[in-house]
Amino acid sequence: MQKSLHIDPGKCTGCLQCEMACSLENEGVFNPAKSRIKVFNFHEEGRFVPYTCTQCDEAWCMHACPVDAIVVNAVTGSKDVKADLCVGCKVCTIACPFGTVNYNADSGKVVKCDLCGGDPKCATACPTDAITYVDANATGLDKMRAWAAKTDNSVNADA
Amino acid sequence: MAWTRQLLRVNLTDGTCIAEPVNMEWARQYLGQRGLATRYIVDEVDPKVDPLSPENKMIMATGPLTGTMASTGGRYSVITKSPLTGAIACSNSGGFFGAEMKSAGWDMIIFEGKAASPVYLSIENEKAELLPADDLWGKSCWETDEILHNKHQDPQLRVAVVGRSAEAGCLYSAVINDLHRAAGRSGVGTVMASKNLKAVAVRGTRGVGNIEDPAKFMETVNAGKKVLAENAVTGEGLPALGTQVLMNVINEVGAMPTRNMRESQFEGAHKISGEAMLEPRKSDGKPNLTRNGGCFACTIACGRISTIDREHFSVKEKPQYWGNSGGLEYEAAWALGSDTGVDDLDALTYVNFICNEDGMDPISFGATVAAAMELFEEGVINTSHTDGVELKFGNAQALCWAVEQSALGTGFGADLNLGSRKLCQKYGRPELSMTVKGQEFPAYDPRGIQGMGLTYATSNRGACHLRSYTVSSEILGVPEKTDPLATEGKAGLVKAFQDATAAVDSAGLCVFTTFAWTLDDIAPQIDAACEGDWSPERLVEVGERIWQLERDFNNKAGISGAEDTLPDRLLKDAAKSGPAKGMVAGLDKMLPEYYQLRGWTADGQLTAETRSKFGLPG
Repeated sequence: MQKSLHIDPGKCTGCLQCEMACSLENEGVFNPAKSRIKVFNFHEEGRFVPYTCTQCDEAWCMHACPVDAIVVNAVTGSKDVKADLCVGCKVCTIACPFGTVNYNADSGKVVKCDLCGGDPKCATACPTDAITYVDANATGLDKMRAWAAKTDNSVNADA
Repeated sequence: MAWTRQLLRVNLTDGTCIAEPVNMEWARQYLGQRGLATRYIVDEVDPKVDPLSPENKMIMATGPLTGTMASTGGRYSVITKSPLTGAIACSNSGGFFGAEMKSAGWDMIIFEGKAASPVYLSIENEKAELLPADDLWGKSCWETDEILHNKHQDPQLRVAVVGRSAEAGCLYSAVINDLHRAAGRSGVGTVMASKNLKAVAVRGTRGVGNIEDPAKFMETVNAGKKVLAENAVTGEGLPALGTQVLMNVINEVGAMPTRNMRESQFEGAHKISGEAMLEPRKSDGKPNLTRNGGCFACTIACGRISTIDREHFSVKEKPQYWGNSGGLEYEAAWALGSDTGVDDLDALTYVNFICNEDGMDPISFGATVAAAMELFEEGVINTSHTDGVELKFGNAQALCWAVEQSALGTGFGADLNLGSRKLCQKYGRPELSMTVKGQEFPAYDPRGIQGMGLTYATSNRGACHLRSYTVSSEILGVPEKTDPLATEGKAGLVKAFQDATAAVDSAGLCVFTTFAWTLDDIAPQIDAACEGDWSPERLVEVGERIWQLERDFNNKAGISGAEDTLPDRLLKDAAKSGPAKGMVAGLDKMLPEYYQLRGWTADGQLTAETRSKFGLPG
């Protein structure tokens, strides 16, 4: 079963545990500045929104890459950057409509979410289940359940 | 490890920013943050210095766990000599600034001297420079934050700033970071402004590494997160209601200081409680509380994010306050509400916004307004002092007027900005000031929670709940239940809480974790992150060493044991209602035993044995 990251901003408190888990996994340090998932704080609105790569099927970044350094991970479905092939041209960062592929000036390569190879550390670290890793074919399940709960079964009985 | 081992020394007189290695021998003895910075202050600052002179120093300090994934590991403190109390000040703040400073590579920043004209400190990793801030002087914290973000073109910049109240010399001004988190108490922001330092803007992209045993550390961090999640207070009460979970609880037990502590129960408590913040209001159907928010790395997330009713008189003509910002915590709700007799939730939220925008400590501000209201009702001051305003208990309009005066230091605001002690002295009624060592009381009447009386009397920064929160034990039963009305055993309880808290602060963690964590949960995280062995016993020893060092500074500053006391109102006037009805604060039954446990003389000085036991500097 293919799984995907599922983000529910309504549950996010903005604590950045996800950013630290990501940077620890990928860079070996606690460093939100190097995280591939970012939490945005819309202060006036009182909203926190985590955002990262959605792993598009027809990924713009993958098609744009002139050296085929972005490849499909057959196990997880993620689009992974092959660091040894990447030349740091940044065309993928322009091609991505969502801004989730970014250049790392320290390494001279681009970085993006690779679902940690199937065990995304951001989801594990999140204390409120704002980020979960669920069946890719049923990311709407929670919303469906919430609406299902609102269904009033008593209408006919009352009539 | 876990420390960056580097500190930044900023000489404002000379305009220099110089890196130097941290004294790691001191780090082993004092851990970090509160403890380590106090050791530097003791080494470099004459205890008798005028707090607002260039000779005073101010330190922003992180702990070894600041900037890591340890839950709540984002805290920093501001340590200096306080202009409000003349004692050592250490004000602790959350938000994101502390972790950013650590991620830029700095354990501490020491500020010394005074700039000739307003400046701000800009830090980008190892690069640090003082830049002109003439255009920022006279701006609020919120305006300054926005200007600096625009100027640096960096949305991820973190800013700590002082407001217009600090510029005007308000003695209880805070350092505000991330718009609504505060190093709140004792006037640390006043010291910052006295140095012509308007703000610190920091961007750190180096991250925090150097973890002694990363795998072990993550194991202990995850275990700690689990304990917090499964605890009723940290896993349910605080996320849902914030610290405001306490409003109705403390009122029930008769420990809610009301109308300048004349009473200890407030009839309007339910209207300004955490529960009230969830009630939909009539005008737009939305509750006061939009959602909870977490500080850096915090898995509790007690922070309140609130709006004010747009139809409310305080903001009807002020759309700039219609958006979300930091809402009422319990201490603010109590001081601005119960202590002034005001039960208007929107008014309190507005006053809280202004306290954040211009950097007043809402505890000291609210308690000072309460003292002014009593002076007004006693006829000591009148409408000629207050620009015609009826400054009476329960008057929400007067409270909103007062906060605007205080924010700018105009009119009667200049009197309010003296704090309660100097205000009451000025008008010849010092007995009406509800303070210890010049700092206003927080939200627990010691007649109803006896341990808090000893806590306030002996706190090294003047009246404060965060130095030993025995409410945990006496009301909530954590780690074990004690009788709030009893004085027996409280000397030992207060000492144990004081020592443990000093260690928790110095690690870079939030004291609210201790609703669920004991040192047995905390020590393994420090031990895995830092070099050397860090057991719970060593943390207690380090905590006590810090406490003794702070006390010694205060003694040398000329603060004697005679000031380890409470206002007569609490020692002589019995509580009028609630479970503590008929009781006074039994300080005399606890203080001598406490001195003995601390190893102090009868007049509150450290003995030679105590000094040598903890290896304190001469």
